[in-house]
Amino acid sequence: MTTTPALSDQQKKSLDDILARLKDEPGPLFPILHAIQDELGWVPDETVPAIARALNRSRAEIHGVITFYHHFRRHPVGKHMVQVCRAEACQAMGCTSLEEHAKKTLGIDYHGTTADGQFSLEAVYCLGNCALSPSIRVNDDIVGKVSKERFDEVIAELRNA
Amino acid sequence: MTTRIYVPLDSSAEAMGAKKTAAAIVAEAEKRGEKIELVRNGSRGLYWLEPMVEVETPNGRVAYGPVNAKDVAGLFDAGFLKGEKHVLCHGLTEEIPYLKKQERLTFARVGIIDPFSIDDYTKFGGFDGLKKALKMEPAAIVKEVTDSGLRGRGGAAFPTGIKWNTVLGAQADQKYIVCNADEGDSGTFSDRMLMEGDPMCLIEGMTIAGLAVGATKGYIYCREEYPHSINNLNVAIEACTKAGYLGKNILGSGKDFELIVREGAGAYICGEETSLMESIEGNRGLVRFKPPLPALQGLFGKPTVINNVMSLGSVPIILAKGGEFYKNYGMGRSRGTLPFQLTGNLKHGGLVEKAFGLTLRELLYDFGGGTISGRPIRAVQVGGPLGAYVPESQFDIPLDYEEYAKVGAMVGHGGLVVFDDTVDLANMARYAMEFCAIESCGKCTPCRIGSTRGVETIDKIIAGKEVGKNIALLNSLCDTMLNGSLCALGGMAPYPVVSALKHFPEDFGIDKTAAA
Repeated sequence: MTTTPALSDQQKKSLDDILARLKDEPGPLFPILHAIQDELGWVPDETVPAIARALNRSRAEIHGVITFYHHFRRHPVGKHMVQVCRAEACQAMGCTSLEEHAKKTLGIDYHGTTADGQFSLEAVYCLGNCALSPSIRVNDDIVGKVSKERFDEVIAELRNA
Repeated sequence: MTTRIYVPLDSSAEAMGAKKTAAAIVAEAEKRGEKIELVRNGSRGLYWLEPMVEVETPNGRVAYGPVNAKDVAGLFDAGFLKGEKHVLCHGLTEEIPYLKKQERLTFARVGIIDPFSIDDYTKFGGFDGLKKALKMEPAAIVKEVTDSGLRGRGGAAFPTGIKWNTVLGAQADQKYIVCNADEGDSGTFSDRMLMEGDPMCLIEGMTIAGLAVGATKGYIYCREEYPHSINNLNVAIEACTKAGYLGKNILGSGKDFELIVREGAGAYICGEETSLMESIEGNRGLVRFKPPLPALQGLFGKPTVINNVMSLGSVPIILAKGGEFYKNYGMGRSRGTLPFQLTGNLKHGGLVEKAFGLTLRELLYDFGGGTISGRPIRAVQVGGPLGAYVPESQFDIPLDYEEYAKVGAMVGHGGLVVFDDTVDLANMARYAMEFCAIESCGKCTPCRIGSTRGVETIDKIIAGKEVGKNIALLNSLCDTMLNGSLCALGGMAPYPVVSALKHFPEDFGIDKTAAA
């Protein structure tokens, strides 16, 4: 695990802006956490006290919410997020061997990030592309009918981009 | 003359390269000096043909697919702008048997219109239901929905009209309409297809719900895994608000309805209605005890209608054509149509909207064309990760909520995941428990601990350790989860396990006679 550095001035400013903009929404915590992760790439632990103060909730509550949801990340991730679907429809089309291939090709396990900081790998449970299984998601794009060769092509395209 | 060409913007079409296909068509037309108008539509749901390109001709729209960027020059050469023949040509789209045999009510416009065009939407019957509802008393709107026989399409099949009636009768300064768009089940994509391909249909359905129960605010809770749905909904909401169909003083009626899209964060449990509302409120997605019912104390403690995308998306046509019209489809107490989703190992995966009452065999072979691997179908999981594995001996049972419940299975939201004979059902049973353990909210013991013990017990059975004793233990554990869990996650995770054990005991290393 990398230790989390203190927030930069730029990050602090982003956080303040987000809190000022969203704290009065009904049920503001989700929009705030999404905005932080979209802007900073993850939700650093250092943001928790400021969020708690702005919403008049305890730090434990905010921490509890962040850790409950798979999507919110407490550590930085690679430039490209690669998610391999391992739900039933993808299993029916052989995603188990695709999972192994992905781990081997990238040289990392789930929740890992490559040494060059290019790729992070996560499992995902359904991308809603079940008629064209097996599926992966790369950042916001879904790729269907992913053979091992197709997986390698996608990764190569991103590496060369 | 300008030729109109359709290339879907649907996520699954884009997953097969639709964006590149669209760009190639535009570039090729420019190169050849041909005038075209490119429309990004939703998908027709013939997913094995995606990216499916359609060309408008005087005879109707002609389909080509799957069209990859490299095929585009050849299509121009063959004269596809005039709908000419080509090896990828499938003739008139409406005449493709897969589509022609369907009964599309909820999906009547998906794949046909530009999802962001108010003109397209109204041209194909959009807002007819809303216009009628604006002239009706709230109780009359609720009655229309009750008369239609519509039941919750998310899986629980609770009568929608009864739910609405409870909210209508509740007294409060604020009421809410919440749309459950947390479509997390494997083998489902109908919510996504509608949100991407006809988002105004959902907006209209929710607005009608608001008028029916006296709610002025609605939330759509959409899963984070559907970024295109979230985007398309937001664009459509803006367009509808601008055109006066949403927001303050809808079409001059003096009625208001405001709609907000909320993004989930990758928790399967938030598809459970009370957990979903906790999530909107900004809490851990822990399931709430019922009562109080959400209809009386739901979002922010206020009376709330919470329905699935398909339920709300069926409301506009029910209002437009009347409850009787909708009720005439279906069988028994399962009225109307269900968009079945054909997925997994099938040649022709896609969306088939049909009235209740057809059989799995018709869907798997007449529509699905059998497996893509060419091997026999061995098991079909119906209704998502919490649905039973159905063996071939049950393929002829009509798809009807009650008929399926009789055999310990469920129709659910109509998602079918097909497996060929290479599947190991003991592994799938283990996965069902593993998935439940990963996604359990942790509030109740049977689900939180039962799922982990379930994985361990199945591991022992697979390893051949005291099989008889462990099978008895697994059955007892499933019984506890089924009857003792707070919500459907722990309460239904045993369905795939028990059905796998019952119908495919050989996969657990026991012979059929011993299992009974």
